[in-house]
Amino acid sequence: MVVQSTAEAITYPAVGAELDIEGVSHAFDIDGATLPVLDNVNLSIAPGEFVALLGPSGCGKSTLLRLVAGLEKPRAGSLREDEARITGPHPSRVVVFQDPTLFPWRTVWDNVALGLEAQGILKAQRHRVDAVIELVGLSSFRNAYPHQLSGGMAQRVALARALVNDPKILVLDEPLGKLDSLTRIAMQSELVALWQRKGFTTLLVTHDVEEALVLANRVIVLSDRPARIKADIAVGRPYPRHRGDPYLAELRKQILGLLGLEATW
Amino acid sequence: MSTYSVSDATAAAAPRAAITFADLSGSYGVGLAASLAWLAFGLSCLYWPDVGDWSRTGSLGIGAIVIAAFILFGTFSADYLGNAGQALRKRAPWLVAFGAFVTLWEVATAKFAWLPLPFFPPPQAILEVYTDDLPKLLDSVFASIKLQLGGYVIGATVGFITGVSIGWSQKIGYWVHPVLRFIGPLPATAWLPIAFFTFPSSWSASTFLIALATGFPVTVLTWSGVASVSSAYYDVARTLGARPSFLVLKVAIPAALPHVFVGLFMGLGSSFAVLVVAEMIGVKAGLGWYLQWAQGWAAYANMYAALIVMSLLCSGAITLLFRTRDRLLVWQKGVVKW
Repeated sequence: MVVQSTAEAITYPAVGAELDIEGVSHAFDIDGATLPVLDNVNLSIAPGEFVALLGPSGCGKSTLLRLVAGLEKPRAGSLREDEARITGPHPSRVVVFQDPTLFPWRTVWDNVALGLEAQGILKAQRHRVDAVIELVGLSSFRNAYPHQLSGGMAQRVALARALVNDPKILVLDEPLGKLDSLTRIAMQSELVALWQRKGFTTLLVTHDVEEALVLANRVIVLSDRPARIKADIAVGRPYPRHRGDPYLAELRKQILGLLGLEATW
Repeated sequence: MSTYSVSDATAAAAPRAAITFADLSGSYGVGLAASLAWLAFGLSCLYWPDVGDWSRTGSLGIGAIVIAAFILFGTFSADYLGNAGQALRKRAPWLVAFGAFVTLWEVATAKFAWLPLPFFPPPQAILEVYTDDLPKLLDSVFASIKLQLGGYVIGATVGFITGVSIGWSQKIGYWVHPVLRFIGPLPATAWLPIAFFTFPSSWSASTFLIALATGFPVTVLTWSGVASVSSAYYDVARTLGARPSFLVLKVAIPAALPHVFVGLFMGLGSSFAVLVVAEMIGVKAGLGWYLQWAQGWAAYANMYAALIVMSLLCSGAITLLFRTRDRLLVWQKGVVKW
């Protein structure tokens, strides 16, 4: 079932890249048996679009993200960024993982500087690190070590570490999943603000239907493993969105139904 | 603005000025006891005649009384001596125990010979070694440090590089791992007889053995450290554009460093053992050789004197290693303090 989009007239800034996922299938070999995780996934994401992937736990959402990031190669099909085939990781497609995975031996500043340092352009671009730390509001923690940060602060550092590379596609793998609900709501608004300001294409994996509806232009609902696209739902509401919006509540009910949870409503 | 009255100021200053009975039983009391313990040591040296023939009894007694005076002075002026005063106050209980120990030692050996004499020399005999045999002892110390440092640095460097290589590359691991498993667990001292006739000099043989004793734990722990680095760190670095050299130098090695230091610590311990044995058997210099030499002459005081120096050196080396670690691993929380 595909829910048709209600008139989408939002134009996106040109910074983001187009992402095309064509006929992608993937599988893992576990103890000699082949475990299919993705089954012929086709998805085309416009530059600057914010797309959320929703699906049952373990359905292969994170695998799809790893393919987009170039950390793994698909068994079949192809992924393209602005028409160029994705063959490996590239700083134009940065991932923010569920765990902040900050390097504990580096200060906040050095963690954020990681990408520029790895690409060998840090010396000339130090101001970018300062600017992005300022952007996520952690200027007074630039010399702190990760073990001194709270969960929300650590995730903001992880976000800064991604943003300093000016990614064309920001890949978010349940980045707010482990935060407390208050921090989470605050960071959702920050995320929308950053996305609107920077204009990158965003691909967000989440298991929180409400989060998907508050953040994304489009919500993709995946089936059980092996994941297939079950529904492609456009969320035609301007930002900032209201959690109590009856339109969103209706969509939420539909999506929960698609995920087999209609009984809870 | 807040206001201060004169009585506030005097109340704050009062505890410093007057020594109360409570203070005597507290920090001042312990300092006083320490001073008395050292006074007792000094007097015990001077009061009773020695049962043997030792030339330093008088100076040791006077030295102990001077120490007692310093402790007394330090105790009552600790508040004005800054960090040194605080350090003295903190160690006062130890000074009591140590003063009591040396007093008992003095009485049990030099004065009443409760302990059989040539085997348990009194403190003044050991002082005599430090004053009269100093050049030989210092030569031995330098020889030991030279041998230990050379072997340890070589072993640690080779071990570290080997550990990183087999932790990182499966191909290198395939070839090195079996060799490591076969040779590594063998105690380095087992190589002694072979090493001494295959190497051109006993010095190079000992360096090799110390390097071997250091290298094995450093290799294994560096390897396990590199192998246990979470793959999430590599994923993050790779998506940010890191090349393999960056992954090794800036991800794998820093992440493995806590393990490496455990290996360096273990290597230091086992290399001390090899050093002493090698010096006793083959090398004609160093503290191990000094011990052996002293035993040959039944110079028991020299043996104790050398043991004390050796203990200070080993402990100092470990302190140095831990200081280095604390500096490099400030990012870790809750590291063990040595």
